[in-house]
Amino acid sequence: MDPVREITVTVNGERLTARVEPRKSLVDFLREDVGLTGSHVGCEQGICGACTIRLDGTIVRGCLTLAVQADGAEVWTVEGLSDSAEIAALQEAFQERNALQCGYCTPGMLLTAAALLRDNAAPTRPQIREYLSGNYCRCTGYQAIVDAIESAASQMKGAGS
Amino acid sequence: MKPAPFDYAKPSTLEEAFDLLEAHGEDARVVAGGQSLLATLNMRLSAPSILVDISGLEALRGISAGSNVLRIGALTTHTELIASEEAARAAPLLRKAAVHIAHPAIRNRGTFGGSLAHADPAAEYPACVVALDATLEISGRDGSRRVAAAEFFHGLYETDLKPGELLAAVEVPVLQDGFRSGFGEFARRAGDFAMSALAAHGRFDGDEVHDLRLVYAGVDIRPVRANRAEAVLAGKAITRELVAEARSRLAEDLNPTDDLQAGGATKLLLSGVLLERVLSDMAGAR
Repeated sequence: MDPVREITVTVNGERLTARVEPRKSLVDFLREDVGLTGSHVGCEQGICGACTIRLDGTIVRGCLTLAVQADGAEVWTVEGLSDSAEIAALQEAFQERNALQCGYCTPGMLLTAAALLRDNAAPTRPQIREYLSGNYCRCTGYQAIVDAIESAASQMKGAGS
Repeated sequence: MKPAPFDYAKPSTLEEAFDLLEAHGEDARVVAGGQSLLATLNMRLSAPSILVDISGLEALRGISAGSNVLRIGALTTHTELIASEEAARAAPLLRKAAVHIAHPAIRNRGTFGGSLAHADPAAEYPACVVALDATLEISGRDGSRRVAAAEFFHGLYETDLKPGELLAAVEVPVLQDGFRSGFGEFARRAGDFAMSALAAHGRFDGDEVHDLRLVYAGVDIRPVRANRAEAVLAGKAITRELVAEARSRLAEDLNPTDDLQAGGATKLLLSGVLLERVLSDMAGAR
């Protein structure tokens, strides 16, 4: 019989308790147990970045973090950051700049871009590319994604001043 | 879910951790950041019966600088190490190297000690700790022992750690006057595994370099010192001609074999380019 552990996690501001198998990744837990399917599962070996989520304030790979390791932690997914409007400028810029084609990589791109803009409000294009180097877009729409992040940064800067 | 089933324990003291490791022996795997282990579990390259999560052990946490030694707890993440001004002053090589490790989301969880204990042949820190002549502090049931970095890496993913032991911290000599460090890496894309990487550390007296250590990663089963190239440069002023001569000896120091990242001949060529670039940076830095 597989072992089960009880965990308490705050997901998008809501505290919840669940029983999970230790082998369950955090992204599988969010998708299958919590029903938040915005975080995507791609390579499941830490390469593609589609599962990027925010754990205790920093972005992590949802496929390289176990749900049991998130016990007591605060998790934010693309759903929560959409509802709170924290990434509204990024989402708008992604739409305007055509920065999503199939959309599979988009939640991870948004979470990563949001982390970049918190560290660096006015990143250069090379800095954006380097920060996003761990997020793959298999439609290869990188130019438009970098455009969108650059445009969101300048818009947010304008709004903040 | 991709991994085979396993149990999970998160000890809150070193004693508890040693109990768990003793009770489960080879069926247990230690996890800290898990950025290498979880990928191998997902691919079922590894199927332990229990993970012992040491991330709650406060004794393995934190960075502190004394006058002679910088102590880096094993659980320090790459992000924490990059952000540490103390570490940047005392051992600037580590930040120069850490920015080459994977991507922000992985650097936020992956740990300094985990990278050393995992001993991936293409990892940056093993070459750095050898170049810096650091000392690794290993904790076990019967106390702790200290191992020089040069003695720690035995082979492919093999280290001096014995069953039931944990890497607790690393002590790095604080940068002294005249010493400089350099780091360079070639990878296919930012954050990919190194095709070749070079960690260099030495003392400059005017233009002359002394006590130089050139340590390569990604070209062998463990970090490898370029002894013959070092001998060419020892006690001499760094000039273009001298570096070219040192580079010509690299083929005797390094014998890279083909791997997924690059062929052996390419790795040797890139290692030579790194030697020129890193030494030129170091000689130019004042």
